[in-house]
Amino acid sequence: MTKIKSLDDLRQKKQQLEQSLDIREKSDHPENLVQIKVAMATCGIASGARTVMNALVEKIKKENIPAVVTQTGCMGYCYAEPTVEVTKPGFDPVVFSYVDVKKAEEIVDKYILNNELIDGILPANYQTI
Amino acid sequence: MYKMQLLVCGGTGCRASASATIVEKLNESLKAHQLTEEAQVVTTGCFGFCEKGPIVKVIPDNTFYTQVKPEDAEEIVAEHILKGRKVSRLLYENPENQEHIADSRHMGFYQKQMRIALRNCGVIDPENIDEYIGRDGYSALAQVVTDLTPEQAIAMVKQSGLRGRGGAGFPTGLKWEITSKFSSDQKYVVCNADEGDPGAFMDRSILEGDPNSIIEAMAICGYCIGATKGLVYIRAEYPLAIKRLEIAIAQAREYGLLGNNIFGSKFSFDMELRYGAGAFVCGEETALIASMEGKRGEPRVKPPFPAESGYMQKPTNVNNVETFANVPVIFLKGPEWYSSIGTEKSKGTKVFALAGKINNVGLIEVPMGITLREIIYEIGGGIKNGKKFKAVQTGGPSGGCLTEAHLDTPIDFDSLVAAGSMMGSGGMIVMDEDDCMVSIAKFYLEFIVEESCGKCTPCRIGNKRMLEILEKITQGKGNMEDLDHLRNLAYVIKDTSLCGLGQSSPNPVLSTLENFYDEYVAHVKDKRCFAKKCKALARYTIDPDVCTGCTICARNCPVEAITGEKREPHFIHQEICIHCGVCYQKCKFNAIIVE
Repeated sequence: MTKIKSLDDLRQKKQQLEQSLDIREKSDHPENLVQIKVAMATCGIASGARTVMNALVEKIKKENIPAVVTQTGCMGYCYAEPTVEVTKPGFDPVVFSYVDVKKAEEIVDKYILNNELIDGILPANYQTI
Repeated sequence: MYKMQLLVCGGTGCRASASATIVEKLNESLKAHQLTEEAQVVTTGCFGFCEKGPIVKVIPDNTFYTQVKPEDAEEIVAEHILKGRKVSRLLYENPENQEHIADSRHMGFYQKQMRIALRNCGVIDPENIDEYIGRDGYSALAQVVTDLTPEQAIAMVKQSGLRGRGGAGFPTGLKWEITSKFSSDQKYVVCNADEGDPGAFMDRSILEGDPNSIIEAMAICGYCIGATKGLVYIRAEYPLAIKRLEIAIAQAREYGLLGNNIFGSKFSFDMELRYGAGAFVCGEETALIASMEGKRGEPRVKPPFPAESGYMQKPTNVNNVETFANVPVIFLKGPEWYSSIGTEKSKGTKVFALAGKINNVGLIEVPMGITLREIIYEIGGGIKNGKKFKAVQTGGPSGGCLTEAHLDTPIDFDSLVAAGSMMGSGGMIVMDEDDCMVSIAKFYLEFIVEESCGKCTPCRIGNKRMLEILEKITQGKGNMEDLDHLRNLAYVIKDTSLCGLGQSSPNPVLSTLENFYDEYVAHVKDKRCFAKKCKALARYTIDPDVCTGCTICARNCPVEAITGEKREPHFIHQEICIHCGVCYQKCKFNAIIVE
């Protein structure tokens, strides 16, 4: 183990470690963050939701976006899987359909970063309480 | 990078219910489902909700699984981690409307809490110093030793208003300042981890869940008072806390966070453990120091205070575990932030161990100034089995019993003393209508008599005499004079005992005499115990309408006090009955009435 000899050493060390603790910090106040939910029921998984979720996690990390990616059960849109619900702080949730890795990146680049809506949005027909 | 984490409680309580096996099983299941790259299992410290342990919390969606068994591990992984479906049968059920609450932030138990001393308990892996560093660990120490003079640092602790959490509530900054003023070739920082109050376990939980915070705070204290050596006096009955503290000390040494020239400064600090054998009196600082020196754990006359002449006759600063746990936060968030929490004279938060007849038994941390009602009814979820609240005992054997009239008093050091109890280390035992207050006072006195070191006469003999009077009363042999004797004796012990143990030992008796005088009178005059706890005062009779004449009571009565014909109602002869209760236990038809 390398010694921590100065305040800078400690800061560096902290930065390296922050990522693994990041999701624990974020889970305490998700309402201030972009919340991304990937539907991961049997239908979702069968259509590739797991790869989509991993891609989203990677992309969020790369772009350094304050977001929390969670999985959820079947949202009921089995015909349009994989589906992803994005809730930006202060906005209503938006559900994207037929999401693949490419579309996942598009969601991040266009909707999350620039507020641009993209094709394949499902009309919201439910309320989350 | 993991996208999900499973936090499993590794505190003593949950480990006793097989949480270590749960960790194993979770790991096995993750492996079987090839999810080891995506999800990670972390063993953390105590979540506080011990009533519902073992706890498994899934992050980032904050799902709080309660009373998990090892065989549930596979279902959690297969359903929640793989498919995103929460296992609803393991979720916390809101007792008010039987609805499941998945997110711990929405549970009544957590809503009113504010966690400073317990900030990392249930969040980080206590056996991995990296997780502590990742949560700003050791940043306060770095800031103090590189940027501040000891005087500046002490000024910040004073400004924060932090008071000792061990019981008496002495201002921490002032204690540090006094110790810093004495010059000596060697000074010591001592952490008092001899948690002795029955039912209190906050110090253990902090050491088990976040041992590095204590190391960091002790080093800060060392820098402030000019000490290079830290000692933790911990009871040998806390093996898990000892193990985790040892791991943390070894890891801190490897990183150079303990040792010479910490953070490149001129400050050096190292620490070691001293084991106690679990005597209540050793929580008193002079007795603690004597025990650390290898002598009998007996207190001595103060002054000189340990700040002047403590361990090995050197200036010594003794603080309690919870006090230390608050220290790094004061530097990270600033003394103004800290002093904005709490009441005028008691700043910050206090950890309480909720126990007794309450729905949510566990460890809670609340801002000073919260009321007992909020703690008992909102956090604690009210009284078990819908019974009626009777009293709450705070401060352990040194504290007192508070009644319904005190429920809306804001709690802080001074208001509790004014109400005839004390903060103590934060034990809080809730009692319902089935508890006999005379028996409760007797219980605490039995504890004191057992734990009194015997050095001074008032405590050694006085408490013994008080106990004898209480025994007399509970056996129905007391008279009204005994109550006066009891009160006089209590004041003498309070005024003349050598140390804090003796001075506060009559508190349970005095506060019950004050608040439940009628109950004492009922025991003495009417020879009745309304709570039916004092067996000698119970009156057993047979309900002739219910009795079937099965003869089981008569056959089991050891003194042949029951007579009656077969298939005819039986009768208990009160002049022979010795109130043993055997008939009550044996009767299959609930025909025995206890009054």
